[in-house]
Amino acid sequence: MKQPSSKTIYRCVAFFLLVSLTLGLMACTSSDEPEPGNESGSTVAIENKGSDTLVNVALAWAETYMESHPDVRLSVTGGGSGTGIAAMINGTVDVANASRAMKPEEIDAANENGIHPVQFVVARDAIAVVVHPSNPVDGLTLREISDIYTRKITNWREVGGEDRPIVLLSRESNSGTYVYFLENVIRLGEESDLLFSPDTLLMPSSEGISSEVRQNPNAIGYDGLGYVTHDQKVVAVARAETEPYVLPSIETVNADEYPISRPLYMYTPGEPTGAVKTYVEWVMTEGQVLVSELGFVPLQSTE
Amino acid sequence: MIELAIRVLGFSTVGFVGLIFLFLLREGIPFFFEVPIDNVFGTRWYPTFDLFGTWPLILGSILVTVTAIIIALPLGVATAVFVREVAPGWAREILKPMIEVLAGIPSVVLGFFGMTVIAPYIRTSLGAPTGLTAFTGALILAYMSLPTIISVAEDALDAVPKSYRDAGLAMGATEWQTIWRVVVPAARSGIVTAVMLGMGRAIGETMAVMMVTGNAARMPLSVDSLFRPVRTMTATVAAEMGEVAQGAVHYHALFGIGIILFVLTFAINLAAASTIFQKRRKGGLR
Repeated sequence: MKQPSSKTIYRCVAFFLLVSLTLGLMACTSSDEPEPGNESGSTVAIENKGSDTLVNVALAWAETYMESHPDVRLSVTGGGSGTGIAAMINGTVDVANASRAMKPEEIDAANENGIHPVQFVVARDAIAVVVHPSNPVDGLTLREISDIYTRKITNWREVGGEDRPIVLLSRESNSGTYVYFLENVIRLGEESDLLFSPDTLLMPSSEGISSEVRQNPNAIGYDGLGYVTHDQKVVAVARAETEPYVLPSIETVNADEYPISRPLYMYTPGEPTGAVKTYVEWVMTEGQVLVSELGFVPLQSTE
Repeated sequence: MIELAIRVLGFSTVGFVGLIFLFLLREGIPFFFEVPIDNVFGTRWYPTFDLFGTWPLILGSILVTVTAIIIALPLGVATAVFVREVAPGWAREILKPMIEVLAGIPSVVLGFFGMTVIAPYIRTSLGAPTGLTAFTGALILAYMSLPTIISVAEDALDAVPKSYRDAGLAMGATEWQTIWRVVVPAARSGIVTAVMLGMGRAIGETMAVMMVTGNAARMPLSVDSLFRPVRTMTATVAAEMGEVAQGAVHYHALFGIGIILFVLTFAINLAAASTIFQKRRKGGLR
């Protein structure tokens, strides 16, 4: 009884092996076809990865660019500035998007891999400070925002609001926006060891911040101007009490009046050549139209 | 032939677990050497600035998990008792599969539900500054560990011999008294196991917790900590793993947290297993 059954098992196994082998071979041949693109000889794939702040613009750039350049295939993914830069260091992407400049140790790591990153400023971004629409506070100085995020100010009453506790919202610590906000707002651009208060809620996404700001009248948050929706109230920011309170907008950022703005970067592993070069150049000229459409601030050179 | 195949598969599973553990050790152990030990067990977690205090994360995980179990234990045991002992046959047939479906709800869905429905409700009804609190996380986790607790506790109740019940009733106890004084105590070890397994499920849960606990790495030591944000170990690993450079101190730190989490979960499972074995040796019920 046992002998024949084990034989059939053998046969079954052999059959399955055969089937899977054929399937595997078929998969191999079919996936080989589009990859090299030998017939046209010109389809180029550009991998673009990085900052979540930049991802919407990067997608818009890629879509528009591919319409006019059918020979180029761009794939855009987010993940964060660090992810994009790390991928470029490891040589898996052609263009890394970053909302912060590369850190010295990242450049060192790249050099060790024989990659010499080249930096391009592709747009400007303003970080908006947002509160619940019902919050009566209209303007804050950088010092006040810093005190709020380090818990020296814990009640909205102290900055002219209602008697409510302040709930601090921030992006996750790996976000480029987090580092930028810490260095330029909390530390006021000076050397210091001030940090976000441990009470700060770290939200995994822009959506996390906007959903909490939308429904919690105690909350204060910050995020890229491009991500601020109409159901949040943007606060005007002043460099100091004596200076004017400025709302972030394309004009005020380009005029350098709004205090919390920053450049956004693309990095290429080495001086770009061929399709990557034309793409980056296009982004910095014609592509700038899309930047303002998405709530970011285009480069000044293209007025 | 089949025996051999099964044996190979079984051993390879053990092998994979071993390999995963080795990998975890290899990537995580450097953390405890690269970072001074008073930093590792410090109270501030700012990995961007080389502050790797893991205490807020460990305590955060424990606070959320223990609260979840405190909520889930009475609910779970009561449900198990109801389904097994009280409910009529047809109700049991409906309830059992429903409880199993409960286990299949993806945690992201529960997290989103917690973020948009429970969190605002907790803020307005309890007057907490924000609804993203340890308590919100505990509620969601309690909900998630309920299916585990109910089905294991139910099995334990099922294993109590009918003679116990008959004896209880014959002694003149009411049905209610028999359940609470005889059946449930007899199934005690199984119920403890159920709770331990539920706890293991809760402490390892990531996505839902990340979405509803606020992720603030503060020390949950004050009395109101339950209604303040916390950051758990799992949420920390999940939120930060995507962005660290391989081989960096921060990368090792996240694996170091993985080791701490592994040790905790292992201890819980070991405790669960030992209660089973103890009971077996005494020749009692499972």
